[in-house]
Amino acid sequence: MAEQDAVDLDRRKFLTVATAVTGAVGVVFAATPFVASWNPSERAQALGAPITVDLSKLELGMMLTYVWRKQPIYIFRRAPETVAKLAAHDAHLKDPKSAESEQPAYAVNEMRARRADVAVLVATCTHLGCLPKQRFEPGDVALGADWPGGFLCPCHGSRFDLAGRVFNGSPASVNLRIPPYSFQDDNTLIIGQDDTTTQGVA
Amino acid sequence: MASNDAASGVAQRVGFRAWLNKRLPVDKFVSEQLLEYYAPKNFNIWYFFGSLALLVLVMQLVSGIFLTMFYKVGDTTAFDSVEFIMREVRFGWLLRYLHTIGASAFFIVVYLHMFRALMYGSYKAPRELLWLFGMFIYLALMAEAFLGYVLPWGNMSYWAAQVIINLFSTIPAIGPGLVEWIRGDYGVADATLNRFFSLHVVAIPLVLLLLVVLHLVALRQTGSNNPDGIEIKENLGPDGKPIDGIPFHPYYTVKDVVGVGFFLTLFAVVVFFVPTFGNLFMEEANFEPANPLSTPDPIAPSWYFTPYYAILRAVPNQRIGALLLLLAVLAFFFLPWLDRSPVKSIRYRGWWFKFFLAEFAVSFLALMYLGLKPATGAYVTAARVFAVGYFSFFVLMPWYTRWDRVKQVPKRVTFHD
Repeated sequence: MAEQDAVDLDRRKFLTVATAVTGAVGVVFAATPFVASWNPSERAQALGAPITVDLSKLELGMMLTYVWRKQPIYIFRRAPETVAKLAAHDAHLKDPKSAESEQPAYAVNEMRARRADVAVLVATCTHLGCLPKQRFEPGDVALGADWPGGFLCPCHGSRFDLAGRVFNGSPASVNLRIPPYSFQDDNTLIIGQDDTTTQGVA
Repeated sequence: MASNDAASGVAQRVGFRAWLNKRLPVDKFVSEQLLEYYAPKNFNIWYFFGSLALLVLVMQLVSGIFLTMFYKVGDTTAFDSVEFIMREVRFGWLLRYLHTIGASAFFIVVYLHMFRALMYGSYKAPRELLWLFGMFIYLALMAEAFLGYVLPWGNMSYWAAQVIINLFSTIPAIGPGLVEWIRGDYGVADATLNRFFSLHVVAIPLVLLLLVVLHLVALRQTGSNNPDGIEIKENLGPDGKPIDGIPFHPYYTVKDVVGVGFFLTLFAVVVFFVPTFGNLFMEEANFEPANPLSTPDPIAPSWYFTPYYAILRAVPNQRIGALLLLLAVLAFFFLPWLDRSPVKSIRYRGWWFKFFLAEFAVSFLALMYLGLKPATGAYVTAARVFAVGYFSFFVLMPWYTRWDRVKQVPKRVTFHD
């Protein structure tokens, strides 16, 4: 066989692999815009701006439901004695210190809030996103005499206390989430913003 | 030789048929797929469900195409357009009932088809790929059913989307970002509905059709199994054709038409007289528009998903619950390699397999029932017991199929003259 007719198999293999790899990289690049198109659009992001809540008419034991970023947000006023009693049932909770749960740094405390009297929670069950129902009455008939008041998820029976902390035996494994929020003044709550010094509050 | 006969047959034909066959192998295809395709002659009633699944697929495609002509995707228009179809489009109610009830019929037929495979060992060698393609069809079907369920944008649609998408949030690290990517918004929204519509009417049906073709091609390659689990290709007559085989056409085409007649009669009774089928085929909560601030109470998925849903709820830890749900579905994929029995059909297996298959069927149906019930007290305890029953069928299979005392498999299939 003449020298120039010999096939350099190593060279052929290298070129085949190099072409295939280059092609694969091209596929990744080409796929990027398609995959990225599924992210929240500019409009969805703009509509996710912070919202302002007037607390002046929110009385003790009452609850407001607002929607921020498609998520229902529960806002309710707690009595000082209710907050004082929160620590009493720590033993029955999965995550009493909120170590595993999702919340801003200023809500990592016993009352899970900036202010003891106002609680702000994302009202989607951390199990599978249903809406926990209000069961504020302590000793609720269905939930037993030692029920301290809180929330019950109608889907899979997760139970949460008045700080949104999950009880043992619930399918949810972490506490209800807390959105970023701040107080512009005593009666004005801003959801979606960690501090009021930032401009652009509606 | 079959191929020579077919070739010479083609050559002798004249006129349009010869012209056509020279360009497109019509006669060759019909001959190979129907006239010269030998199926075992001992098929019983369980062998109706494959062709019925194909029938339901076609019905779903046709009714779906027509529904798409009237449906208006969008979070403000979807619910109203479905009501428009139900009340004002001529025969719109029929199109919608055919499609919605067709989804339930699809799962009934597919579950029976799968149970047939479990009984007669149709997943065992040499039909592993046939079984895997079938399982991928089942997965695609579940995706298609879920996506379609969201489209009417009723309250159950909305919350089903919410719950199912949130299953992905249990994946460590990437979960929350993945959920936002799937929804295209900070919650289930218009963006979610639009992409689900696209997937439901274009992407998944294409995948489904491709998988059905692969399933059928694999079936033609290995040939059908039968209630005796005997390979008819291993026992050929002097003419080179299986002794226990009969041509698919006309024998099984005619038989299948009878099955179709029975099936359509039952289907029509449901469509015309009990379309909601006692809240099972269509749920009351879905006749209300989607409301992000009100969870239907109680919330339950469609009946065909409830066995898995019951397993999910039986576990107090959500990540493990979601993992078990996934395993409950994926377990079927491993059957060809879990089963160590030398025989295929239940007819020649021993008591161990019969016991485990029976307890699996009972567990599956019990979980199906429990998934429709609230997740409280005794229901959860029962779901845990039956979840153990469900998984033991798969997990213990390598042992009990080996211990089993099997009977001698005859040379010929069982049939009656």
